[in-house]
Amino acid sequence: MKLPDIRGSFKQKFRNWAFRRTVETGTVLLNQRRIYILPTRQFFGFAFVLFLMLLGDINYNLSLGYVLTFLLATTGGLSMLYAFRNMAQLEIHAGYVEPVFAGEQARFVFHFNNPGSLERHQIHLHDDEGHETVFDLPAQTSTSVELALPATQRGWLDSGRLTLYTRFPLGLFNAWSYIHFDVRALVYPRPAPPQALPVAAAPDGSGKTTIRGDDDFAGLRNYVPGDAMPRIAWKALAREQGLQVKEFSAQQGQQLWLDWSQLPDIAQERKLELLTRWVLDADAQGLHYGLKLPDGEVMPQQGAAHRAECLRRLALFGMPAS
Amino acid sequence: MKLSAPLTYGLIACILLVSTPHTDHLPLWVSAECSALLLWRAYLARSGKALPPRWLLLGITVFSVMAIAVSFRSLFGREVGVTLLILLSALKLLELKAVRDATIVVYLSCFIIITNFFYSQSIPTAAFMMATLLVILATWVHLQTGDLAFKPRLRIGGLLLLQAIPLSLILFVLFPRVQGPLWGLPQDAYASSGLSDTMSPGSMSRLSLNDAVAFRVTFDTDAPSRDRMYWRGPVLWDFDGTTWKRGRNATTLKGELQDAGMPLSYTVTLEPHNKHWLFALDMPEKLSINHRLTPDFQLLSDKPVNARLRYRADSFLSYRANVDELPRQLQRALNLPRGLNPQAQQLAEGWRKLHPHDDAAIVREVMRHFNQGGYVYTLEPPLLGMNGIDEFLFQSKQGFCEHYAGSFVYLLRAAGVPARVVTGYQGGEYNDLGDYYILRQSDAHAWAEVWLGERGWIRYDPTAAIAPARIESGLSAAVSNPAILPFMARNPPPWLRALRFNWDALANQWNQWVLGYNTETQFAFLTRLGMEDISWQKMALNMLAGVFILVGVFTLLLLRRLVVRQTDPVQAIWLKLCRKLEKSGLPRATHEGPLDYVARVNAAYPERSEVMNDLATRYIALRYQLLQDELSLQAFKRAVAAFKL
Repeated sequence: MKLPDIRGSFKQKFRNWAFRRTVETGTVLLNQRRIYILPTRQFFGFAFVLFLMLLGDINYNLSLGYVLTFLLATTGGLSMLYAFRNMAQLEIHAGYVEPVFAGEQARFVFHFNNPGSLERHQIHLHDDEGHETVFDLPAQTSTSVELALPATQRGWLDSGRLTLYTRFPLGLFNAWSYIHFDVRALVYPRPAPPQALPVAAAPDGSGKTTIRGDDDFAGLRNYVPGDAMPRIAWKALAREQGLQVKEFSAQQGQQLWLDWSQLPDIAQERKLELLTRWVLDADAQGLHYGLKLPDGEVMPQQGAAHRAECLRRLALFGMPAS
Repeated sequence: MKLSAPLTYGLIACILLVSTPHTDHLPLWVSAECSALLLWRAYLARSGKALPPRWLLLGITVFSVMAIAVSFRSLFGREVGVTLLILLSALKLLELKAVRDATIVVYLSCFIIITNFFYSQSIPTAAFMMATLLVILATWVHLQTGDLAFKPRLRIGGLLLLQAIPLSLILFVLFPRVQGPLWGLPQDAYASSGLSDTMSPGSMSRLSLNDAVAFRVTFDTDAPSRDRMYWRGPVLWDFDGTTWKRGRNATTLKGELQDAGMPLSYTVTLEPHNKHWLFALDMPEKLSINHRLTPDFQLLSDKPVNARLRYRADSFLSYRANVDELPRQLQRALNLPRGLNPQAQQLAEGWRKLHPHDDAAIVREVMRHFNQGGYVYTLEPPLLGMNGIDEFLFQSKQGFCEHYAGSFVYLLRAAGVPARVVTGYQGGEYNDLGDYYILRQSDAHAWAEVWLGERGWIRYDPTAAIAPARIESGLSAAVSNPAILPFMARNPPPWLRALRFNWDALANQWNQWVLGYNTETQFAFLTRLGMEDISWQKMALNMLAGVFILVGVFTLLLLRRLVVRQTDPVQAIWLKLCRKLEKSGLPRATHEGPLDYVARVNAAYPERSEVMNDLATRYIALRYQLLQDELSLQAFKRAVAAFKL
């Protein structure tokens, strides 16, 4: 048994015991019950310097030295109040997290509202693995803060318990608070390397023609977030008609089934990655495609919402329903 | 994290500010080296070039330390310590890498400020300390705030400092003072200037060039006339031909006064001079602090006076001192080195033959000799050789008080009259702003005492016989060339004098209340504040209580602006109306809108319904129909204010 493990687990147990670990929803108000303050290492260095100065004052009877020592000491003490004040009464709520693919960074968004007339300086937000972001909060405004956490696996990514701390103004005291929001990022499987799409089946199920429907331009419609880049009508944008997307009539009537059961015998995660790749490609080509998985199917459709639904099914495949 | 250039400038400014006051006592090359290092660092920060390599820094450090060791001939002691500290902190700037290094520089600069107090604790020093602290705090805040602009940083630092002042005041007043030192101090720990326990030609005139304050005196009643203000210091008995020394008294009995009259009480605030003696008017009777009164009426403290000292003293201006002087002491007062100054010897023996049994007549002869012998009172007497007394009395005839006092006593002893030299201060400058007298080193003086049997020891001041102005109005009136005198001993224009007096009065308060705040003054002050049975535990408790109360107040003040509730001006007026109605027993329910509420009020008070409806309409128009303009808002406000149920 290794020593660090014992220490680590002990630390964890202590934390669980000392600080409540409930997951919260809604808006969290940082009040005095949630803010903890402890001196930092610099504090002890500073205290040592002050002690030496006090000894000098006593020994050499330096009255002005007493004045200086007490001024510095009380400044240091007041900096504790400042550190607390820098965090206190902030209102925080979690924002929407855009889904990401495994291997990317999930950007957790938190909205900080500073209701007071004081600017807050240098607040750090970090998770237990040390991913950190630093920000200032101007007076009487709401600020959105992004914390990027690496998404390594498909499924739900929990932000975990986050630490909010500040060492403002002198670095002598560390004021911190824990926030653990009920917020999670959806992580899609990592797309497999590019691979040709399977052949599409005609609506009647007879044909084995590859899809060549992109030629028949049907018209323009307004851009919806999630539309594939190649289909954006750049010329229309250049004519200042706004962001529009080309639609093709040839796609209609042709359906592509992305079928789990048709896949070669590879590991489950590889299958999911391959299907993810195909969903992306099919969507980029503007096809009507459906998804068949062992636990259900998504009827052929197209568009951003459909793509998101397919990816979601892939991301959560085989995961407990919670 | 690389430290930004503005942060580096801030740190350079800190070191620069804390080391600048030291330039007048640092060796010149150290000041030059520090300036060069700081300039170099500023250049590196500006150009963004890499810091010097480690070996180079190490080389400079070793070289500088060796140079200090050579120039001070030691690596220990206060001066060396301060010099090393300043040099090393300048060098530390050249290896600034992380925030940690910057923090160390900040701490170092705080520490260097205090080393300056060894040399000066005056009001300007204190003001400079506050300015330096402000810069240090702004830089310190910079360390924690990254790219915050200079002005807000300065504001945060300034606020912190301002808020720290009342708390530090409590700590300053109530922190239990321990009488230092806690351990033995090196000899250079205290500055020393002032009278020494020997007197030779030139020692007094050297001192008279010194403008520094020796002590200040406040009289309880009217001050005596100036020619009676002889502040007694070391009494010198033994003469070796050039130098007068204190020697050893033959007894330990304290001096005794008979027929003492004209008592005087006064308070002396003595500047530290690192010697044992305390000053009081001729003749001192008793002091308020621990002291020893010697047989020749010197006042000695137990320890060298190395901190400002305040004491009350009682003196008698008329007296007969030690009428029953011991024969052995009288013998000491007649001793002369053999074979020197034959002319003086001859002169004195002539007087003795003239007045074989009348000592007092001999004294008068000597005084007349000085008065009519063509003697000159000057700050720049010529140097004297082996037979100094003869040379002075018969050739140069130019001297300062030490020449006159010395040769006066010599002549009397040669004539067989017991006499001794007394040194101290004479006169004093009255500061009418603070109602006290200032005695400066330039007021140092030497006079003589002669033992005349039944009359005891009597003071004679031969200087008064040559330059009575010295005694009656001070040094500048007595010397021919006042330009060489220190500034305050000359006669400056009245407005400048007034300014200097104002300043000295302020400095005196500062000295008494801030710098002189020690165990005794703390005790006295707290007693005056009404604290009883003062002990350090009690002070500590009071201090803690005070700190807690102030911290509480600060907490409330500081946390006040955390939440600012904004109310709409229209709504505020409406709420005022609601409060009026509530007082009349019709509180608005939380769910009630203006129309419902007014309807309910109208049902209760139908006669007011017209006014009520009008107010409600105005409110709805202003708040909900966006018909807001300043005029109608004011009208609404007036209508609500005028409304009565």
